[in-house]
Amino acid sequence: MASEADWADWMRRAVGGDAEAYHRFLHAVTPRLRAMARRRCDQFGAPPSEAEDVVQEVLLAIHLKRGTWDPARPIGPWLSTIVRNKMIDSLRRRGRRVDIPIDDVVEWLPAEAQADGSERVDAERLLARLKDPQRDIVRSISVEGAGVRETAERLKMSEGAVRVALHRALKSLAAFYRRDRHEDE
Amino acid sequence: MKTNDLIRLLEEDAPAGMSLGRRITLALLAGVVVAALLLIVTVGLRHNLASVFETARVIFKVGETLLLAILASALVYRIGKPDLPARTRALMLLVPLGLLVAAVVTELALLPPADWVSSWRGQHAAFCVFFIPVLALAPLAAFLAALKAGAPENPALAGAAAGLAAGAIAAAVYAWHCPDDSPLFVATWYVIAIGIVTAAGGLIGRRSLAW
Repeated sequence: MASEADWADWMRRAVGGDAEAYHRFLHAVTPRLRAMARRRCDQFGAPPSEAEDVVQEVLLAIHLKRGTWDPARPIGPWLSTIVRNKMIDSLRRRGRRVDIPIDDVVEWLPAEAQADGSERVDAERLLARLKDPQRDIVRSISVEGAGVRETAERLKMSEGAVRVALHRALKSLAAFYRRDRHEDE
Repeated sequence: MKTNDLIRLLEEDAPAGMSLGRRITLALLAGVVVAALLLIVTVGLRHNLASVFETARVIFKVGETLLLAILASALVYRIGKPDLPARTRALMLLVPLGLLVAAVVTELALLPPADWVSSWRGQHAAFCVFFIPVLALAPLAAFLAALKAGAPENPALAGAAAGLAAGAIAAAVYAWHCPDDSPLFVATWYVIAIGIVTAAGGLIGRRSLAW
């Protein structure tokens, strides 16, 4: 069971460019996010796939906003605030009332391993909105599991261009999530 | 897309760029330099700057705007960080407010009532209200761009803080040109000008700083 100090250490190394540490961090955080989101969705009688969409939206926010964490400070309060704000936001946009405070991520008890077996509805639909070559790059790296270099070779692009496009794609996805429900209202 | 696929995407994305603090420092420097240059190449510094600089009113005007610029900028550094409370820094803004009230009271006590209106109206009130927001354009744009990397709890408030800091920087720069020195003038026209920039920042921030 990883402690908060482990999380901080992984994130500190991740900010310095250590992909392996970032991998550990994200895989340690995700089960807790999932447990939190599922409990919320259970209360509303919403399907687990909706909880998984919330998890993905929160992960995206943690990723895009990690520059606001000061590595000299503990990670718990930072992570909890990001998760709380984003989760409330995400649930509200899905028409779920949030009247109970969202729990502390770090203090949240370890979740039993819950596989992510359900099909995403939102993510698929939002991915389809990405333009080329962003969509190809996202598919190549996420679904097909290729690295940036392999993707660059496959699409006959430079690695730099792939990196830039990938970063833009992630920002676009976050913006799609943000605007998605507003347009429906 | 499964969550593990998303995580793979996040891992492949390049390491986080500049820290939020450094982005805001760059925005601050760029904003101050552009606003100062804009003042110098357009209306220029006050011609009798050296001789008037000893008077208490000029020192107050320059000092007050500078203090507000510093305190509001300190708030901008804090407001995009989710784990650090901004309340103390926001409350610090009461210090320049208190100074302004004290200066107005002192001015009213010193000036004969017959001079109140002419001191309040000054010579260039309309230009002041127009030009401070113009000078604030660069700092406001720079702060808002930097704060896009932030995660503010309330995007409209964060935008307003950026507007307040940009307006105060513009006022502190404009003070080096402005020939109207009475605290009555500052408390009215400077405050209106800074208020316009603050409101603009809030309106823009509400949308552009949402995350």
